[in-house]
Amino acid sequence: MGDQTTDLLKTPLYDLHEELGAKIVPFAGYAMPVQYPLGIMKEHLHTRAAAGLFDVSHMGQAVLKGPDHETTSAFLETLVPSNMKELKPGKQRYTVLLNRDGGILDDLMVARPAEADREGDLMLVVNAARKAVDYEYIRSHLPDGITLETFEDRALLALQGPKAAEVMARFAPDAADLAFMSVATLLFKDTEVHVSRSGYTGEDGYEISAPADKAELIARTLLAEEEVEAIGLGARDSLRLEAGLCLYGHDIDETTSPVEADITFCMQKRRKEAGDFPGGQRILKELAEGPARKRVALKIEGRAPAREGAQIRIPGGDETLGEVTSGGFAPTLGAPIAMGYVPAQFSEVGTSLALVVRGKEIPATVTAAPFVPQRYYRKPK
Amino acid sequence: MSTYFSEDHEWLKVDGDVATIGITNYAQAQLGDVVFVELPENGKTLSKGDEAAVVESVKAASEVYVPVDGEVVEGNEALVEEPAKVNEDPENSAWFFKLKLSDKSQLDGLMDEAAYKAYVDTL
Repeated sequence: MGDQTTDLLKTPLYDLHEELGAKIVPFAGYAMPVQYPLGIMKEHLHTRAAAGLFDVSHMGQAVLKGPDHETTSAFLETLVPSNMKELKPGKQRYTVLLNRDGGILDDLMVARPAEADREGDLMLVVNAARKAVDYEYIRSHLPDGITLETFEDRALLALQGPKAAEVMARFAPDAADLAFMSVATLLFKDTEVHVSRSGYTGEDGYEISAPADKAELIARTLLAEEEVEAIGLGARDSLRLEAGLCLYGHDIDETTSPVEADITFCMQKRRKEAGDFPGGQRILKELAEGPARKRVALKIEGRAPAREGAQIRIPGGDETLGEVTSGGFAPTLGAPIAMGYVPAQFSEVGTSLALVVRGKEIPATVTAAPFVPQRYYRKPK
Repeated sequence: MSTYFSEDHEWLKVDGDVATIGITNYAQAQLGDVVFVELPENGKTLSKGDEAAVVESVKAASEVYVPVDGEVVEGNEALVEEPAKVNEDPENSAWFFKLKLSDKSQLDGLMDEAAYKAYVDTL
């Protein structure tokens, strides 16, 4: 890669990526593996069939610390539209940081630790490219008595796929019992790690937060298992696209609201009724009257992928309705798929649209997301 | 039959005044898994530097430029059906199209295999 990557930050697993023969690219200021010798297609399919290990240490890990859950969650609720007060110990929730216009500053995971001695803590995992913005925004609103601590000395690994639980149980038996969107501090062999049963691939799996100096040992331990392959950012992107999940800076940004982005599942009833969050007025109006534009999932005819930026039109018309925000080839489906924004009246499932690729119209249909069924682990009742 | 290479990582096998054109092994390795190929129409006249074909991997789209002037006489339709052939056999059965050369002297501006190999080593 020449000198292109010399000014980039490195995760604790950088040397391992090199050793594994990864192709390294710049991503959000980090030198990250986009793919390993297996290649994006096989890495993607392997994750859907067995288990994939991802280095996501570039993401921001932080903790909001307050005197008790009531105080910390009440503060966080002033910045996000989700119920944080009702978040139970050992549970995690997906949410968004909102700006005063109701636009999305970032999407993030918030977890309430299970341990009683960490009462008042909320653990955050934010996007790498948004760390600085998020931390600055949160700090500028911090009341007395609550602090934001960022972890620069922790790695984050994701183990994803139908075999993830079986593999994880060999080294961290306590992880088997976690339900989707639950968190726990537990031992991976001899190392204390924070584990959540979640991920961003649509598969069952875990995210494992470990001390930086233990990350390589954990990664090597997992990679030594027959079911596990190292997976790069390329397949991470195609997996999350198939799962219908938003990528910040592409499918959501500071102009899009959670209603437009069709992620109102992150807003629970109490918050939706009260609108007591930044941009509440806009968001309540969009909830009541419908948004002007909406994110849709698109199934594309033929084989040509429509990439980000491709125009969305009415078939045969020359009026641009919107743009593709994520698009590519879906290895699981063997076909191109995309997401993009269209005026709400064109967002119904089944609506025929056209995408412009290299000057030509390609037929596309609004479809239900996710493109590939999610296989999260729900505990038997 | 002589084989020529371009700096844009195309190869040309010339037989008489017809060149069979594809992308090199180096190019397919850089692209990664190819999922889509678009070929030029038969009869299309192309000038040196024109975009002749499109090749897309999971991640990105790239163009195949024609390194000499000529007229397209045949496209490899098998690639449209099975784009992964580009990764499997790039310098043989996964040729993209055949071009009837209009100025064979342009071939002199291209590299031979040894020169191309040396060029790739500098990248």
